[in-house]
Amino acid sequence: MSGRDPRAPGWSRLLGRGLLTLAAVAFLTVFLLLPLATVFVEALRQGMGAFFASIGQDEARSAIALTLLVAAIAVPLNLVFGIAAAWVMARFEFRGKALLGAFIDLPFSVSPVVSGLVYVLLFGAQGWFGPWLESHGIGIIFAVPGLVLATMFITLPFVARELIPLMQAQGNEEEEAARVLGASGWQMFFRVTLPNIRWALLYGVLLCNARAMGEFGAVSVVSGHIRGLTTTIPLEVEMRYNEYDYVGAFAVASLLALLALLTLVVKSLLEWRYGGELALHAPGGR
Amino acid sequence: MRRRRILPGFNLGLGYSLAYLGLIVLLPLAALAWKASGLGFDGLVRLLRVPRTLAALKLSFGGAALAAAINVVVGLLVAWVLVRYPFPGRRLFDAVVDLPFALPTAVAGIALTALYAPNGWIGQWLAAVGIQVAYTPLGVLVAMVFVGFPFVVRTLQPVLESLERDVEEAAETLGAWRWQVFLKVILPMLAPTLLTGFALALARAVGEYGSVIFIAGNIPMKSEIAPLLIVQNLEQFDYAGAAALGVAMLAFSFVLLLAITLLQRWSHRWAEGAP
Repeated sequence: MSGRDPRAPGWSRLLGRGLLTLAAVAFLTVFLLLPLATVFVEALRQGMGAFFASIGQDEARSAIALTLLVAAIAVPLNLVFGIAAAWVMARFEFRGKALLGAFIDLPFSVSPVVSGLVYVLLFGAQGWFGPWLESHGIGIIFAVPGLVLATMFITLPFVARELIPLMQAQGNEEEEAARVLGASGWQMFFRVTLPNIRWALLYGVLLCNARAMGEFGAVSVVSGHIRGLTTTIPLEVEMRYNEYDYVGAFAVASLLALLALLTLVVKSLLEWRYGGELALHAPGGR
Repeated sequence: MRRRRILPGFNLGLGYSLAYLGLIVLLPLAALAWKASGLGFDGLVRLLRVPRTLAALKLSFGGAALAAAINVVVGLLVAWVLVRYPFPGRRLFDAVVDLPFALPTAVAGIALTALYAPNGWIGQWLAAVGIQVAYTPLGVLVAMVFVGFPFVVRTLQPVLESLERDVEEAAETLGAWRWQVFLKVILPMLAPTLLTGFALALARAVGEYGSVIFIAGNIPMKSEIAPLLIVQNLEQFDYAGAAALGVAMLAFSFVLLLAITLLQRWSHRWAEGAP
């Protein structure tokens, strides 16, 4: 494989480079791009008419509305948590800081199914609060609040994970200067901190939102799959697929695939344009 | 310890973070631990030793370990090419690496199934040589490789970029062959990073649900993964069985999370202390 004389970039070395590059590109194309292409090909298998008919159905519309609702609650809440947690983690030293960091990361390493299971054990009919909730007529499991909670659990780390390394790298000086010059806490936050972290914040919200809208495992456990009431887009994909409505399943799935593509494009643009202000971060945007 | 702080918001930030984490993450996890502790250690072991459960755990852990190992090899190749060899379209392919992160798991699941089914684009070629991927343990492996792939590449890239080339050049000047340089100089320097990537890909694949269940076929004792068994236990109102499996998987997550933290610390020190 390799050149006899390593100092001369001979043809054999160029050939080796070419072959390695070809292998990498071939893998990425067959293994990652082809599944993406499949989604759109299968969705359009019976033409545009069938495609639009199946995403225009009532169940699809209510699934889209529910997905947007869940993300609209979960993402802002995790945004506020992310800022609060990053502020504490990046600006202060305190006992138990490493433990707090580990807890913030925890949802990333828990199986989505386990994330759903814990809420069933907490709020389900046989759970800790199940009997009390039932006697008061409050439904969490097999209802929208359960979907929101499971999504919050799964997407909790995204914003904090983007902000912590960036804010640590930026240091305390600018904010301390603002305080010394007489700014109030909130003035300092809105005029110094927020402008400094805006692109990383957007980046974190982007990833958080993509996961919130696409989450399947955790949501599947707490949903109960009640059509029109507790099915988000990914659950609608599953139900259609299990009913052998392949075109319908891929049609709805293609909406999520478009969201994924949009997320990747915006993410890449942010990385190219504002790479320095993102402080590229721990592996796995996840 | 109690030096006066110039910056405000410590108590507010910490209080809010802890309350939110407590409600959303810790309280629910405590419910699982409580449910499992009610079974007692013997009860837990008895529930996990049911042959069907054991088979599912074996497939989830074995498949995930194999998938992570495959990802280490392929991920190293892809990361190496993306960092070292400029080629047209490199930025595009670099962005493509994140596809498994961005594509919702259910979508990836049905797409992989369509692709690898015996009449699919890839499946028909494999069927011609007698290999069936969809609805077999091999399908589980394919899905697990897919979801874990970005972890190894994204862990390796920054380390490869910062790798000092003088060591390689010195070895080459001393007459080492290209593959000798790779095996004896580059690979040892990358070892902690490769292990970190392995652990991250493993953690993801063990718990993976959405992308696996469609392609797996879910045949009990054969191609049924542990998370699916949790879902089925819940559907049959077998909360004890679900909690036993859930707590076993959670314990494994904790151990892996600890290992990843230690590995990352090690590789940072390795990177800083490297000659």
